[in-house]
Amino acid sequence: MTFSSFLLAFLPELALLVGALVLFVISLGEERVDRARSAALLVAAAAAVASALGLGQQALLFDGAYRIDAFSQWLKLALTVGFLLILLASRELPDIRRDVKPEYYFFLALSVCGLVMLVSCVEVITLVVALELSAFPLYFLVAMRRERAGQRSQMEAAIKYIMFGIAANGIMLFGLSYLFGLTGTTSLQGMAAQLGPVLQSPLAMVGLGLTCVGLFYKLAVFPFHFWTPDVYQGASNETASLVASLPKVGAVAVLVRFTSLAAPDDRTLPGLIALLAGASMFYGKRFALQQKDLKRLLGFSGIAHAGYALVGFVALDTAGYTAALYYIVGYLFMVLAGFVVISHVSRDGANVALEELAGLHRRAPLLALTLVVGMFALAGLPPFVGFFGKLALLKAALAKGYLALVIVTVINAAIAVYYYLAVVREACFRDPGDQRAIPLCWSARTLCGLLIAGILLLGVGPARVLETIAGSLSPP
Amino acid sequence: MTSPGPTADLPVLSLLIFAPLLGAGVASVLRNERALRWWSLACTLVVAASSLPLYGWFDIGTAQFQFVEHAAWIPWLNIHYTLGLDGISLLLVLLTTLIMPLCVLASWRYIATRVKEFMVCLLIMEAAMIGVFCALDFVLFFVFWEAMLIPMALLIGIWGGPRKVYAALKFFIYTMAGSVFLLVAIIALYLEAGTFHIPDLMGRPYATGFQCWVFLAFFLSFAIKVPMFPFHTWLPAAHVEAPTAGSVVLASILLKMGTYGFLRFSLPIAPAATHLFTPYVLGLSVVAILYGGFTALAQSDLKKLVAYSSVGHMGFATLGIFTLNASGIEGAALVMVNHGVTTGALFIAVGIIFERLHTRDLSQTAGLGKFMPIFAGFLGVFCLSSLAFPGTNSFIGEFLVLSGGFAYSKALAISVVPGVILAAAYMLRMLQTVAYGGVRNPSHAGLADLEGREILTLAPLLVFVFWIGLNPEPFTRVLDATVQHLLAQVHRAGPLTSSLP
Repeated sequence: MTFSSFLLAFLPELALLVGALVLFVISLGEERVDRARSAALLVAAAAAVASALGLGQQALLFDGAYRIDAFSQWLKLALTVGFLLILLASRELPDIRRDVKPEYYFFLALSVCGLVMLVSCVEVITLVVALELSAFPLYFLVAMRRERAGQRSQMEAAIKYIMFGIAANGIMLFGLSYLFGLTGTTSLQGMAAQLGPVLQSPLAMVGLGLTCVGLFYKLAVFPFHFWTPDVYQGASNETASLVASLPKVGAVAVLVRFTSLAAPDDRTLPGLIALLAGASMFYGKRFALQQKDLKRLLGFSGIAHAGYALVGFVALDTAGYTAALYYIVGYLFMVLAGFVVISHVSRDGANVALEELAGLHRRAPLLALTLVVGMFALAGLPPFVGFFGKLALLKAALAKGYLALVIVTVINAAIAVYYYLAVVREACFRDPGDQRAIPLCWSARTLCGLLIAGILLLGVGPARVLETIAGSLSPP
Repeated sequence: MTSPGPTADLPVLSLLIFAPLLGAGVASVLRNERALRWWSLACTLVVAASSLPLYGWFDIGTAQFQFVEHAAWIPWLNIHYTLGLDGISLLLVLLTTLIMPLCVLASWRYIATRVKEFMVCLLIMEAAMIGVFCALDFVLFFVFWEAMLIPMALLIGIWGGPRKVYAALKFFIYTMAGSVFLLVAIIALYLEAGTFHIPDLMGRPYATGFQCWVFLAFFLSFAIKVPMFPFHTWLPAAHVEAPTAGSVVLASILLKMGTYGFLRFSLPIAPAATHLFTPYVLGLSVVAILYGGFTALAQSDLKKLVAYSSVGHMGFATLGIFTLNASGIEGAALVMVNHGVTTGALFIAVGIIFERLHTRDLSQTAGLGKFMPIFAGFLGVFCLSSLAFPGTNSFIGEFLVLSGGFAYSKALAISVVPGVILAAAYMLRMLQTVAYGGVRNPSHAGLADLEGREILTLAPLLVFVFWIGLNPEPFTRVLDATVQHLLAQVHRAGPLTSSLP
């Protein structure tokens, strides 16, 4: 492999790494907030361009630990575009202390860098390192919210996040040790080859199951979800939008890698996944119904959506994985639509209660439209991406005969409509009272337009996307 | 598959669906309210005008779907963009395109706030409704079916009456709850048959147990939409709170989608289950007719009265469908169209009263006829039509349904008769009070009679009341082949249905 082809294959990671270093240098000085913000935007844009350039690349780097293929490359594109959208949505970071804003951007870039690496790892040690690289900056970001009277919840949130995170990582490592013990290799491909004969042994099942726990934590699947609502509530709006979106895409991608180790006709692992999926949906719905804080509501609904994404995994085939990946990419757009509205409606970066949305259709019609599109997409209504994602998921699960799970899913979808409607009700059906109008700058307008277009186009014209995902999943 | 020349290369159904969407796109950038109203009227009129040739091009000699359009949409999920019409859907598409300009006219002054959003919602509704009747791919159908929910809920929730939010949410959640099971049934059918193409799903030898589950899932979804007793409770709330145009769209078109679903899906796809469940559905239909009649008799709110009369009329439609004979089904299709014309007109009439008096209370509106003679004339015709007076449209439909009912079971038909009498009672009570009652409301004195726009809104419907009533042949003509084919499917006598073009 020549150096130039290595460079091209590794370009997105390089862009983010170099960008993170630059941001680190910037953060050393005083009063460099604006410079840090521009640099971060530049890094995100460069990474997105680099990922787009790297779409067709194929390579095996670092002694086979790191694979560049169609699968990793489109995920990198999704992640870096998501990073750019999050940066645009986070505006001026109103609720972060001024003197740590440059560091905030530094950690942000580092975390995304970890995620981008994660999707390429095909060796478990590398994978764990990438996972930690994406997780640790997030722990800091949660705690970096400004302190003010009556607002100490960010510390509680950060502690919860880190405790659960480290525990989940420990369990995951424990599971990996079983897999390593069974196979004697840390390479996923080697594992797949060695696991074949012993796959039905309890040890292999336990190993795989425990390994998945680390990812379930990232995805906020019941019962590894306890951090979710508190972190959403405690972290600043911008951090929450990051925690809610990108790591889930990464988690689903790695989950695809691990569950494809299981035998296609296995029933134990899918049974467990189905159970967790159902429990997540019911739990998420149950508590989302009574939330008054929009971020907490999105947190609980995120638990339910993690359950939906898991529905794709019970099938253990390309159709299911494709559906799950498609759904989670769609979710990225849908949940960001919610967070864009939160970050604009919020006064001075504070949390947004449902009542504060009242009369949004008069105060900021475009924001109201974004919110309505986002909520109805989350509720799974056509013609938005949420519907087609659910359709693909249900179809994949039903094809394998999981009728009960499918029924549970649709019942949950029907319940979920209520609290998404409650959000829409505040925004569209209530009078604004004396709440102020919300002016939008051009970048916010563009962002809203992009998100609406993304949610709509991924829904109406998903043919190319689905084919790309399915094509990238077929074994090379 | 043969379709007449003019449509061979003209995607006429797509044009009908996308023209209102385009209109909505343009409307969303217009600023002047006057221009918005005229633009929406023009859009709906153009769609109506371009839908008329369909009737001429339609080949009544075949039960095949016509004007078929077929294109790949999401190949990975085997979902296609397939459109087509048969006799039943043709009539319903024409009904939709006829009603929509009248809705715009009826909202001319009624809607004073947020005109742009209102017109955009209305135009999106039109696109989705035409799409529902044209779709021949089950997922495409479901997309249109659900896409109607959002604009309709907004129509009720933003421009509605005092309890609009409650009504909008109730409407939304009810319909959504029904349709999620429809979705499961669609996927289950796909896994059984390997296609989402609706004509290909019909007439397959599914196991009876499977058919029963599919039928029940369909039934839940469609019965909520119709709405059949006991799933009707969203309807009065939604009708009473919705603005006039919303009520008209709801009554004239949305309710038809439930019965259309029975005809299009339940009967041909699950014929064995249909036979199994027929007695129960017929029982519910009779209950709906009687219940709707008695409840309507007790109402003092004009809109509620008309809303409950809808429950009764739609009971006739489901009754006709599930007699499973030619006159019953043909009658049901006519009842659907007639109900669209007559109840739509009645809701417009109530809207006209409400615009003038800001009340819909029966006693407050008593004696209007003395001050608004033209209005009273219109109201009289539509009330007579609603109670199925001979010579008006509803008579033909209900007569056919009842004769179908007699053929099925005499006891059944006789048990419906009180419903017909009740309809006469509540409609004449309303007409008598509003047109001829003693004046109790002092604000009547200054009332103006109908203006040109309002006459223009009601007149086309009046024409159809008598046209269908006196000469139903042009309407039944397009139904014949389709209904025969449907009967063959449900009685398993006919050949298997067509495949893709």
